[in-house]
Amino acid sequence: MTEISLAQQNFLLAQKRHKRSVRTSRLCIFLLFFGLWEVASQSGLIDSFIFSSPSKLFLCAYGMILDHTLFTNIGITLFETIVSFLLVIFFALFITIILWFNKHISETLEPYLVVLNSLPKSALAPLLIVWLGANYNTIIITGMSVAIFGSILSLYNSFQSVDTEKVKLIYTLGGNKFHALTKVVLPSSLPSLFSIMKVNIGLCLVGVIIGEFIAARAGLGYLIIYGSQVFKLDWVILSIAILCIIAIALYQAIAIAEKYCLKHH
Amino acid sequence: MEKLMEISHVSYSYHTLEGETPALTNINFTVHKGDFLSIVGPSGCGKSTLLSLLTGLIEPEHGSILLYGQKLFEKGRGTIGYMLQHDHLFEWRTIEKNVLLGLEIQNRLTPENQEKVMDMLKRYGLYKFKDARPSQLSGGMRQRAALIRTLALEPELLLLDEPFSALDYQTRLTVGDDIGSIIKKEQKTAILVTHDLSEAVSLGNQILVLSKRPATIKSIVPINFSDTMTPLQRRNAPEFKDYFNTIWKELNSDD
Ligand SMILES: Nc1ncnc2c1ncn2[C@@H]1O[C@H](COP(=O)(O)OP(=O)(O)O)[C@@H](O)[C@H]1O
Ligand SMILES: [Mg+2]
Repeated sequence: MTEISLAQQNFLLAQKRHKRSVRTSRLCIFLLFFGLWEVASQSGLIDSFIFSSPSKLFLCAYGMILDHTLFTNIGITLFETIVSFLLVIFFALFITIILWFNKHISETLEPYLVVLNSLPKSALAPLLIVWLGANYNTIIITGMSVAIFGSILSLYNSFQSVDTEKVKLIYTLGGNKFHALTKVVLPSSLPSLFSIMKVNIGLCLVGVIIGEFIAARAGLGYLIIYGSQVFKLDWVILSIAILCIIAIALYQAIAIAEKYCLKHH
Repeated sequence: MEKLMEISHVSYSYHTLEGETPALTNINFTVHKGDFLSIVGPSGCGKSTLLSLLTGLIEPEHGSILLYGQKLFEKGRGTIGYMLQHDHLFEWRTIEKNVLLGLEIQNRLTPENQEKVMDMLKRYGLYKFKDARPSQLSGGMRQRAALIRTLALEPELLLLDEPFSALDYQTRLTVGDDIGSIIKKEQKTAILVTHDLSEAVSLGNQILVLSKRPATIKSIVPINFSDTMTPLQRRNAPEFKDYFNTIWKELNSDD
């Protein structure tokens, strides 16, 4: 294994070159997009009042950092998203475990869960705000409402798809249903739990933004709505760009946690 | 020899919406301490069902199963070792954690018990793999690990449900030999279910021949080889072929 054949070396080299060229192309698109955008707005090809420009966004962000509005708003949206995400995971696990323990409950509730899940959740937001008032709790619940039912259904599916022979093994070793849950069902559902989490973090962000559109006095969703109403489109576009970054960062955080957990479990 | 388990007039049917599937009718036999009983029968005849009954996973519809003269159901789980068709070692546990699973479940993870299991890992050449994941082991080693997981609970009786059927032929012979000698060394009473007649003859000292579903016992054939013979040596003994033929005829006879 010490000697690598010439053919293998060539293959590895070609692979490396291919990877590098993909990376370069990606970077090019990025630079080209922002470059064209800047040039187009500078030269008056597009109206920078409506379409903004990278340099205007930069200045806008700088100004908002100085008057502390940027990080407060980011922080609020991030906080609401993470809390609703954690609550979704907690309740989804809790409810799924109950469903798994009791066939009667799960079969009874199944059609209701399916209906609730296929509901367009953004339609619920105005109602929730009337019911619960315009505050953080409502926005967090709006975020949860987008993700919770789908999570329960997917998680329950993954609990159900556990190899019945593995569960039988637990019983042959003298275990009970609780052991089957902790020793087999939960560990073997961990990979699906992580995929559900990856989907959920995005959904919770969407839900929180919808909530902020309607009810908030702060947060990126509020900035977007308020900015569009007073024609501060720099705010709107900057908030959207930041939302992109937040979405990617949260997703990556879960991907890293996944890598770590699945390696050590 | 002391009577370990007594199965009398046991019948069992599965009930589903599609109808009733009688799996076993009127099964009677006795297992003595130190026996190695092989059960053969056509596939789908009810062999796995019989083992599930013997472990207490399900309860007979008719008849009784007595372990040391006491009713088995519920009590059996954990005192009777059951080795399933696949090893079902958990990839999220190391080999060590896998073989300790039964003790962990039964809250019996004492230092003495762990010591015993580690000794078994050493004796059967798995100790240096104790921190490995199951996927890093060969099929034969995995089967050995699964056996140690079962033996860790020090079962009175060991049930093996076609434990080698997932292995290729070559490995099957050596693993069969291996598992057979481990069971002998640990002086366990065992019941092996298989559809492979030569496996049944090479390991058992009694062969129970089952009919098609719903299974009844067609006959019980005693097997007499010298006690010191390994399963592989049995396969090369001259009587082997005769036993094989007897059982083959029993299996395929029409009454
Ligand atoms: N859970 C079940 N529900 C309904 N029928 C079953 C179930 N398990 C097994 N059977 C049926 O019972 C018969 C015996 O099964 P089994 O004991 O697994 O046979 P073997 O192990 O000898 O191949 C088969 O015909 C099978 O279809
Ligand atoms: Mg079977």
